[in-house]
Amino acid sequence: MSATTQDGVRITEAPALPAILPTPKQRGRIMGFIYRHPTIAVGGALVGIMILIAIFAPLLGTKDPTALAPARRTREPPWINEWWAYWFGWSPRPRNADYWFGTDMLGRDVYSRVLYGSRVSLSVGFAVAFCAAVTGTLVGLIAGFVRKVDAIVMRVMDGLMSIPPILLAIALMALTRASVQNVIIAISIAEFPRVCRLVRGVVLSLREQPYVEAAIASGTRVPKIIWKHILPNTLAPLMVQATFICASAMITEATLSFIGAGTPPTIPSWGNIMAEGRALWQVKPYIVFFPAIFLSITVLSVNLLGDGLRDALDPRLAKRL
Amino acid sequence: MTALLEVNGLKKHFPIHGGFLGQETAKVYAVDGVSFAIARGETLSLVGESGCGKSTVGRAILRLFSITEGEVYLDGERIDNLSAGRLRSMRQRMQVVFQDPFSSLNPRMRVRDILAEPLVNFGLVKGRRDLNEKVADLMDKVHLPRDAVGRFPHEFSGGQRQRIGIARALAPGADLIICDEAVSALDVSVKAQIINLLVELQDTLGLSLLFISHDLATVEHLTHRVAVMYLGKIVELADRRALFAHPHHPYTRALLSAVPVPDPTAKRQRIILKGDVPSPINPPSGCKFHTRCPFVFDRCKVEEPELRPVGGDTAHTAACHLDHVPGEEDAVVPVAA
Repeated sequence: MSATTQDGVRITEAPALPAILPTPKQRGRIMGFIYRHPTIAVGGALVGIMILIAIFAPLLGTKDPTALAPARRTREPPWINEWWAYWFGWSPRPRNADYWFGTDMLGRDVYSRVLYGSRVSLSVGFAVAFCAAVTGTLVGLIAGFVRKVDAIVMRVMDGLMSIPPILLAIALMALTRASVQNVIIAISIAEFPRVCRLVRGVVLSLREQPYVEAAIASGTRVPKIIWKHILPNTLAPLMVQATFICASAMITEATLSFIGAGTPPTIPSWGNIMAEGRALWQVKPYIVFFPAIFLSITVLSVNLLGDGLRDALDPRLAKRL
Repeated sequence: MTALLEVNGLKKHFPIHGGFLGQETAKVYAVDGVSFAIARGETLSLVGESGCGKSTVGRAILRLFSITEGEVYLDGERIDNLSAGRLRSMRQRMQVVFQDPFSSLNPRMRVRDILAEPLVNFGLVKGRRDLNEKVADLMDKVHLPRDAVGRFPHEFSGGQRQRIGIARALAPGADLIICDEAVSALDVSVKAQIINLLVELQDTLGLSLLFISHDLATVEHLTHRVAVMYLGKIVELADRRALFAHPHHPYTRALLSAVPVPDPTAKRQRIILKGDVPSPINPPSGCKFHTRCPFVFDRCKVEEPELRPVGGDTAHTAACHLDHVPGEEDAVVPVAA
């Protein structure tokens, strides 16, 4: 095929591109997503499993996590010694066969306690992420839009951020009664300045965007500008920040419970279990080991999810944080 | 012809904040006393280097911020001191097209919603059907396919996005459109298309344009009058022909001599200015151009020149103490027909 222009110059078709680029592999939608965002896939899957464990804890072969049974206290997990002998038929069924993670010094089932404990950790993590995101966004929007408030609010936020979150949370817990609700409030207060700072920064940069100025020139009122132009463009960095706050709230909650300033001892949480097992750490390490492993995996998976979201939503942000 | 827009002694000083609680520490004299008028259906171009305050003039007229001093009249009505409510309805009559076609459209809104925003804000539509019709009509005006309204801005090219921006500016039926470097970010062929579109719209709709640009070559093709700005002041204001044929102010002459001429044999006298534009935080005394002017003399450093008619033409004004600028007789560039 060839064409001729008006000047009589013959234009032949462009030669086929050399195959220097490998042809993209055909993948299904799910496999393609996992290939493109492996951290989101892995983190999301682990978080999903943890959520399912928390929801279906009563159905996963657990017993009452608070039932005391001094007679069977500090039994080791069966698979450390006894289970194998029973399995191979060398000995009768061991007494600890039903306690997969062993029992603590009051005879409570560590497996049940760890599974029920995930409810506290996850609900504190998600609730703090939500509360901190909402209040931080509100205050950040006000600071970003009202110049006079900005200077004062941001100095207050600087002050809050100069106190380590864990110390602030301990101080706030010391003022109130121990309950999951108070833990959520205390950690939210400690964490929301980060969101506030982030949202204020994003608002300040978005406000200068020509499309916001064009909206002002088109007679759009401020509430509508915030709702339609500012908030949707704040959402991506906000989600990323929320996942990181979720992870750090879980750690803070466990720390508070560990030092006895968090969840009351009647509710099993990973921090509580570790605190109670601490005295027996040298002889019965499994009491501390299991909640610690669950906490680590959960925080790791939430962080993976946050990292993946950050890379997927805003490649430029990845370099800044 | 009566003036649609009249600007008298417009000043905009930006405070610079610093310190612990953000106190004001200095001022940027971005626009320092600018006056001009635009007639109905006329194009006035505001040209100057980066940072001379030309965009600030546009934004001040649009009241994207309040002005420091001066008066702005739109169709005889003073608009620089309107209350928020009155200002909002006044905005219907003046619209803006920005430079960057990528950041001037919200990436998370569809074209339909972008164009609907001003229509809904000013209560110009009754019901969904009417809205769709008006949006389609706007798409026709800027020569974009009607069925593209469901798309997001990132699905368009730079020129197409600029057309969407123009359509948004047309939506409320404005009399005055401020084009803030509206074609500067586009490549040459697209630039020509957008300029033609603007001229066509001006003819059919009788729009007045305030065309802000740093590019004299572009301006020459679509403007009726030109105002040259330097450090927050207008230094020369004239009809296009007069300005390009007989530039008076040394700064205008320097700018014109920098315009590339598509004729390699043309002999031209290049005027190369020394140094940089002084900071608008500490503008020079007297004539603001005296630090770089090749014809500077003592009076320039003390007394600030006013805009006054030059060359026996009342429509041609320049702010220079010299009655006769050396070398004025010969045009710096060949004038376009």
